[in-house]
Amino acid sequence: MFEHVFHLIASNYTLQIVTLGALILGITAGALGAFAVLREQSLLGDAISHATLPGVGLAFLITQDKSPLTLLIGAGIAGWLGTICVKLITQSTRVTKDAALGIILSVFFGFGLVIITIVQKLPTATKAGLDKFLFGNAATLLKEDVVTMTYLSSIVLLLLILFWKEFKLLTFDNDFFKSLGLPFHIFDILLTTLIVSAIILGLQTVGVVLMSAMIVAPAAAARQWTDRLGVMVILSSFLGALCCVAGAITSSIIPNMPTGPIITVYLSLTVIISLFLAPHRGLVWDWIRIFHQRAMIESASILQNLLILSESHTDPFHPHEAAVLKTLGTDTLRRNITKLVRAGLIKQYPGNLISLTPLGLKKAKVLTHNLHTESQRLI
Amino acid sequence: MSPSLEIIILASLVALTCALPGVFLVLRRISLMSDAISHAILLGIVVMFFITKDLSSPLLLIGATITGVLTVTVTEMLIRTQKVKKDTAIGLVFPFLFSIGVILLNKYASGIHLDADCILFGEIAFAPFDRFIFQNVDLGPIGLWLMSVVFLLNLTFIIVFYKELKLATFDPALAAALGFTPILLHYALMSLVSITAVGAFENVGSILVVALFIAPPATAYLLTNRLSVMLILSGAIGIIAAISGYWLAHFLDANIAGSMATMCGVIFFIVFIFAPEHGWLARQFFRRFKQWDFAKDILTVHLLQTELNHADQTEQIVSHMTDHMLWDHPFTIDVISRCLQDGLIVQEGEKLILTNYGREKAKISILKG
Repeated sequence: MFEHVFHLIASNYTLQIVTLGALILGITAGALGAFAVLREQSLLGDAISHATLPGVGLAFLITQDKSPLTLLIGAGIAGWLGTICVKLITQSTRVTKDAALGIILSVFFGFGLVIITIVQKLPTATKAGLDKFLFGNAATLLKEDVVTMTYLSSIVLLLLILFWKEFKLLTFDNDFFKSLGLPFHIFDILLTTLIVSAIILGLQTVGVVLMSAMIVAPAAAARQWTDRLGVMVILSSFLGALCCVAGAITSSIIPNMPTGPIITVYLSLTVIISLFLAPHRGLVWDWIRIFHQRAMIESASILQNLLILSESHTDPFHPHEAAVLKTLGTDTLRRNITKLVRAGLIKQYPGNLISLTPLGLKKAKVLTHNLHTESQRLI
Repeated sequence: MSPSLEIIILASLVALTCALPGVFLVLRRISLMSDAISHAILLGIVVMFFITKDLSSPLLLIGATITGVLTVTVTEMLIRTQKVKKDTAIGLVFPFLFSIGVILLNKYASGIHLDADCILFGEIAFAPFDRFIFQNVDLGPIGLWLMSVVFLLNLTFIIVFYKELKLATFDPALAAALGFTPILLHYALMSLVSITAVGAFENVGSILVVALFIAPPATAYLLTNRLSVMLILSGAIGIIAAISGYWLAHFLDANIAGSMATMCGVIFFIVFIFAPEHGWLARQFFRRFKQWDFAKDILTVHLLQTELNHADQTEQIVSHMTDHMLWDHPFTIDVISRCLQDGLIVQEGEKLILTNYGREKAKISILKG
């Protein structure tokens, strides 16, 4: 299948353009998304991408020009304005951030809709032009679109590399950033502007409705695999590019397959896999760790209890009824006794009696000692 | 009834219905759950449509409502794993469900009345065509009946559980301690939001649902400190936005839902600027007022100190104040004239002298710290 797809790309000029566009978009959105997610601005991406719609419509209405650069500039201005509005509302009133984001998202989008319905009734407009900005249509990417995207993306990534240290500090410790006398607001606005730029890059391919997933998902997936910013940004770019290219090709090959949604599905699957399987942070490893710890604590408590019981006898290996330990739960008890017998730490007698073996006694003493020193340390 | 009147009534009813649970969404800081729910319900509708093959089946509504609640549950489970932050979790779950819905729709259901554009924008203009006809009697649009049921449901829930909702919203810890199980109430509220979104979105689309859920309550939040007043105001603002939005759409010949969302924004913006206590202007004015108040305090206290210490008379001269307080000249003149106006000081030539009233005020300022 891969060979087939590869052959298709190699022979099809449109697919080459689409793949290239998706690659550029994935890399840029992935890299900037990492910062958006770490700064807890995930939903700002959602608001910005919806807020760009009136910009696209107005840019067309005013200039009557459908070149990608004009529309992207319009989108950028609207998205940027939306961000400023969210900041203004949250800073100067008691309306909280979630409500401010919701208002900007829905009101800007609604206004965009008004503009677009007006544009569509103009005799000069063809309907197909602005419609693709909703759910995206990678197949409509042209060479000039990709050229525009390449320039914009290069500027964004260059600025990101140039101010890497500042952005890193801004993301993790903005108090320290301010205390160094660096201009917080300028860098805050610059980083937000870069995120806006990454969003408008994807408007044509992914669409305004789902562009937020393109920002959030690769970064959320990458975050599971690493604790280092640099690695996270590169991984996020890689995953973003992978899903974006795969989605763009899928939608170009399969008829009636909208680009934005299929990219989002690929991204979501990547996130699900990362959430469950990423080493250290993955949920599966968490479950295994909890299972092991529980088993360890259970058998340790049997050994320690037997040690306490044996101290009331002159013979430390005197058998006791297993039933005295039944507060652990009968199933748990039976399972752990079998395990401990197999390990040679306890010995089982007929009549459900158990006792420590010499090896078990030594182990129980070590465990009790460790527990004691640990609790001393904590106190 | 004429179609346009029916549209206006339906839109007002939708706005009113959304505003009720919206107030609690805004106060509980989970406004964006409405965004998530209103997108995700598409999947429920599409899946149910494949099962029933009938667009008017009530199972569609039930399926959609369940999907809405499911979205909230999955999002909250994801937050509890602590692998991602709250906002990221919201931003991950609903696009996934929405995308599956859109893909299913495009791939397997193209050609039917349900399409993605309709879900985003709704087409309230078509609502009057879908009549509820009972025994050959035309009882008005179906949408109107559906929204009335949802409205009564919301209203009943909020009236019956008013006290519980109030407590769980403003003091969840106390609510839990008193045994009100805020979680149960939370999910009940989320179910209401889902039902409302499902009922509303066919008429106005998922994005306007968000606008109607959030913008009118947020606007009312800037105008009042009382929950009951906020509920009534939100409803009223929603209705104003709906009616003015309809006429805006009428004059511009544009999408009705979009115009209503725009009007929601316009009303919010006006209130944001002019609200008496929490508005932007009021805040700016309050800040300036504080600044002058503080300056007057400083001036009177300074004069009091010089009096008590029998300090050099030059300490009381107008021109000295500029240097001493590090104020610029116009500001000093402004402060002095305000003090004169309030009867805190009197001016003898270049010298400023405290009045008895001013002396008392200065002493109070010192005591206040």
